[in-house]
Amino acid sequence: MRNALNIIVCVKHVPETSEVELKIDACGKSIEKARLIFDINEWDDYALEEAVRIKEKLGGTVTAITVGPEESDTTLRKCLARGADKAIRITDSKIEGSDGYGIAKILHSVIKNLNYDLILTGSQAGDDGYSMVGPILAEMLGIPHTTLVKKIELSTGVARVNRELEGGIEEVIEVKLPALFAVQTGINEPRYISIMGVRKVMQKEIKVIDLTETGLSENDVGEAGSWLKIERLYVPPVEKQAEFLKGSPDEVAAKIVEILKIRGLI
Amino acid sequence: MAEIFVLAEHRQGQIREITYEMLTKGREIAEKINAELTALILGKDVKEKAKVLSEYAKKVVVFEDNKLENFNSDTYQKVLSSIIMEQKPLLTMIGHTSYGVELAPRLAALLKIPLATDCIDLAFEGENLTVTRQMYGGKVNVKAVLKKAYSYMITARQAAFASKKPQPPLNGEIIEKPSPLTEEITSKRFLGYVLPPPGGVDITAAEKLIGIGRGIKDQANMSMMKELANTIGGVLACSRPVVDKGWLPSDRQVGSSGKTVKPKLYIAVGISGAFQHVLGMKNSDLIISINKDPNAPIFNFSDYGIIDDLFKVVPALTNKIKEEKKQKGI
Repeated sequence: MRNALNIIVCVKHVPETSEVELKIDACGKSIEKARLIFDINEWDDYALEEAVRIKEKLGGTVTAITVGPEESDTTLRKCLARGADKAIRITDSKIEGSDGYGIAKILHSVIKNLNYDLILTGSQAGDDGYSMVGPILAEMLGIPHTTLVKKIELSTGVARVNRELEGGIEEVIEVKLPALFAVQTGINEPRYISIMGVRKVMQKEIKVIDLTETGLSENDVGEAGSWLKIERLYVPPVEKQAEFLKGSPDEVAAKIVEILKIRGLI
Repeated sequence: MAEIFVLAEHRQGQIREITYEMLTKGREIAEKINAELTALILGKDVKEKAKVLSEYAKKVVVFEDNKLENFNSDTYQKVLSSIIMEQKPLLTMIGHTSYGVELAPRLAALLKIPLATDCIDLAFEGENLTVTRQMYGGKVNVKAVLKKAYSYMITARQAAFASKKPQPPLNGEIIEKPSPLTEEITSKRFLGYVLPPPGGVDITAAEKLIGIGRGIKDQANMSMMKELANTIGGVLACSRPVVDKGWLPSDRQVGSSGKTVKPKLYIAVGISGAFQHVLGMKNSDLIISINKDPNAPIFNFSDYGIIDDLFKVVPALTNKIKEEKKQKGI
């Protein structure tokens, strides 16, 4: 068994969109976000839980860090309520429009000055789905990384990690610490955080850092500092248009039964 | 002449399908902009595979080294950064797979060349490289332009591009290059594979599947889904969130990280239709989807769609099937 670890978890505050009808906004470069509920990115939630579990087992500290506007504090409070000791938010209006590369640079500018043995991120974000922040951050910090992590076993100076491949296969690799692991969903079962739990940490400090304090310039972030510039958003073209069955649930059920009968499926 | 690199992906002696998909797309782009298509393969004893690749590309560059026996993004990064710096290809294509997501972002950051991940389309428009990607689990498409550079990198989504062998085969030149790996890389080591546990239900053999997703919301609703599956004589399958929550074992998962199924009937219940899931079920004979979001991507792959609350439709459907069976005296 190894000593206590200092763990940093990178989290993102994202709109919950899996069961919501999305609308593209008037400028065509974003979606309408006003009515959406925001929460911690699903993959990051698993990363956070994993960090807290490691801390509970081995001791140490968990620091949650995010890049985003003031609203992101909701996600950081959730991290604190779950068991993170410290929370940092890097914020600046100039950051808007940054892609995964821009965000990795911003995170690097702050994390390079912190003490850490382990950095956890989600394998991707549910909004833009770049899957790149973790590995780029690891390259900038000069530490090993691995992605799609489904299991972490720690021993002194080294971690044994299962990562998910295609078709239900995993590979086991050994990684020297300090390292960055980008976590896949399903690695654990994130515990529920009650509103009371969040209330309890309302007074905890969230350290806010702006761009000038990071040492980065305007050109390092936003569209200027990114690899990708979004031109427009549009609704995906239809591959096979479904025929919509309409009516009350009973009427729809009767129609489905007819279809199944014709096909000899019942 | 500009060059396009395609990184061949292989595991346990098999070239992965994504390789041929990228070579096909790479060839199309190369023809349009008058560039040369080069396949790269790294590994141990991969010369035979290089021959197969040579049917698809004008050139195949081979790096053979015992240290490249199993995929490791650190060793791959050493080899690929050296050849990209040396040959400065206009574009490098890597699969958006478990290997590609481990490798490409870090490699691009090291080389300081722009990368667009998980692309479902790409084209050079004038001097710009334009890509199509998806956001919000496939609910929105995005057209984006990469920052101008001498060299670009993309990762290609699986099954986004059809693979087609050129006729006649190109019989490209096979070029063996010395491995630039001088010492064993120890920061990250491959130890072995873990196969899924045997036994359980084989969803690939089922004729009727009820695929359930995040929309079922709570484990308590599983019984409603089981009843539908039993009544229809089918088996429960699912998308990733259901396995993550522990409501069904991982051998029931349909999609790129689970199983590919082709049943006679697939009823998607509360599944929005992220591509990872669609990849595993879109070739089913008959697809019926129930979702309350009219724009759920799953409807773009379905024969029939029902835009309604699944908690109303599923019990109604179960009852109707029961009535039908009663009438038939089954």
